[in-house]
Amino acid sequence: MRTIDLIRFAIGALVGHRLRTILSVAGVAVGIAAVVALTALGEGARRYVTGEFEALGANILIVIPGRVETTGAMPFGGVTHDLTLDDVRAMKTRIRHALRIAPLAMGTETVRYGGLSRSLPVIGTTSEFQEVRRVTMGAGRFLPEGDMDQGGSQVVLGIKAAEELFGSGNPLGRIVRIGEWRFRVIGVMAPRGRGLGFDFDDLVIIPVRTNLAMFNKTTLFRVFVEIDGADAMRISEQELEDLMEARHRVKDVTVIAQDAVVESFSSILGAMTLALAGIASVSLAVAGIGIMNVMLVSVSERRTEIGLLRALGAGKGQILTVFLAEAVMLSGFGGLLGLGMGLAAVAVFIEIYPAFPAAPPLWAIASAIGMSLGVGAIFGVWPARDAVKLDPVQALARR
Amino acid sequence: MIELRSLCRTYRMGSEDVHALNNVTLNIKKGEHIAVVGPSGSGKSTLLNILGCLDRPTSGSYRFSGKEVGDLGEVELSGLRQRWIGFVFQFFHLLPRLDAVGNVEVPMLFAGVEKEQRRQRSRRALEAVGLGHRLRHKPEELSGGERQRVAIARSVVMGPRLLLADEPTGNLDRHSAEEIMDLIEQMNAEGLTLIVVTHDPAIAKRAGRIIRLEDGRVIEGGVDLQPES
Repeated sequence: MRTIDLIRFAIGALVGHRLRTILSVAGVAVGIAAVVALTALGEGARRYVTGEFEALGANILIVIPGRVETTGAMPFGGVTHDLTLDDVRAMKTRIRHALRIAPLAMGTETVRYGGLSRSLPVIGTTSEFQEVRRVTMGAGRFLPEGDMDQGGSQVVLGIKAAEELFGSGNPLGRIVRIGEWRFRVIGVMAPRGRGLGFDFDDLVIIPVRTNLAMFNKTTLFRVFVEIDGADAMRISEQELEDLMEARHRVKDVTVIAQDAVVESFSSILGAMTLALAGIASVSLAVAGIGIMNVMLVSVSERRTEIGLLRALGAGKGQILTVFLAEAVMLSGFGGLLGLGMGLAAVAVFIEIYPAFPAAPPLWAIASAIGMSLGVGAIFGVWPARDAVKLDPVQALARR
Repeated sequence: MIELRSLCRTYRMGSEDVHALNNVTLNIKKGEHIAVVGPSGSGKSTLLNILGCLDRPTSGSYRFSGKEVGDLGEVELSGLRQRWIGFVFQFFHLLPRLDAVGNVEVPMLFAGVEKEQRRQRSRRALEAVGLGHRLRHKPEELSGGERQRVAIARSVVMGPRLLLADEPTGNLDRHSAEEIMDLIEQMNAEGLTLIVVTHDPAIAKRAGRIIRLEDGRVIEGGVDLQPES
């Protein structure tokens, strides 16, 4: 039998049994669409989180005051030293591979302009923060370079903070009050959105020294240290820990390599994607049982056709090939349709939540299509194997 | 052309052996017109299965054109059916999704005949059974007699030597039945060996020889041990 005739004959059989074909195709399509959509969500979650971390910039070490560890009581009664600007200054001279170091102080205060006021997070940092956290400016400029001990009364606004306080007016050069302090607006950040607990659009940034004075504190919230290459990460991490231990005479800070955090998040969310794929596979398996049922019914319905083809000189192998071709086309078409449906669902989802980078991973698409073809082949041919063993004349003696 | 020697076909049904055919010996010469009659369960279907190479005997010998059928493999049996044997059934068994030409093409499809040639041969076969004006009609648009004509065109399109007809007129009115019998008898007159299984005494009477089966045995018209002429 010629391949083209085989394909045409199988298509004829599929079109000839329209309802049966539509039901099988729908079953497979829904299964595949579930796999594609669910893995896309899982993958989207993974990309979202790793993206958030990577937005911080590559090769970042984060120094956090306090020891994140479950050991016994700390020596000397658990005294924790502040993480101070002096510590930052020491890092600048002692950490050989440090490219930029940005201290971060935090507080919340009321920001006023004209008759409007708004309670906002107030971040204190230095000019280097812009590079380290990849801040892009919408208007004006970021904090000026200079000695971090100098302070200053400039403020950079998040886009939402600027809009809330100034409406459509231009905030650049205006004076705002933060608590009892007066600041000149020198820049507005470009929109960035929420990330890791900060809504970058709705906060203000002032020089770190001023921030500490305003909130009457000496301790920093974080220190970001950007290292000049991935190779130097481990040694710099060690240097930082040693330096801080030498200065504080106790291990009372935690140094986190951002990459490690990204990796562990990524692997957790990767596992979640797999779990989602597993759940979706169940629906695909259900679709497979559906195909099997349809094929079983079809085979018993078509006993006479099978008997007829045998009587007309078709070999058992040829008849199985016809059924295989039918089943593979059925499930293949269902698979493609399901892929389209799944991708469309993902597209709709992205339309609604643009920030969420949902996309089905390639392995999920490939295995979904492979599985649908496999399901079709197995469940399509297996009932037909019994059918070709039937007594053709018996089958043909009936209507 | 056909020689059956002490042929038995036994089925296992539960713990019992059922002798569907029991020690059948038959000779059928080229160009004969034979009617096979007998009550239901007498082994007519089994005999048709065996003669049509759809089933193999449990014991005994079946020679078709000098070849021992029992020795042939599955692929060779299919080839034998394809080229040498035509089937006609009571319920026509046309594929409803195909038109007349398409139905007649089916055996050529599985034989790997080229498309253009299939079209031509199918058309000629339909014209030969008087359906030149119904080429593109689907089975549901044809009368019973016309459907059976399509089935006959399909059974002879590969140019077989033997035509096996299982109650070919069982589902037709008297007039159509006459026409169908005339048609296949005309083919028989042109040299095609014809075996008709029937309940209808009027149809059976038209045959040159009647083979009567009962309980798997030939009780009439069987043993004719004259060598083939």
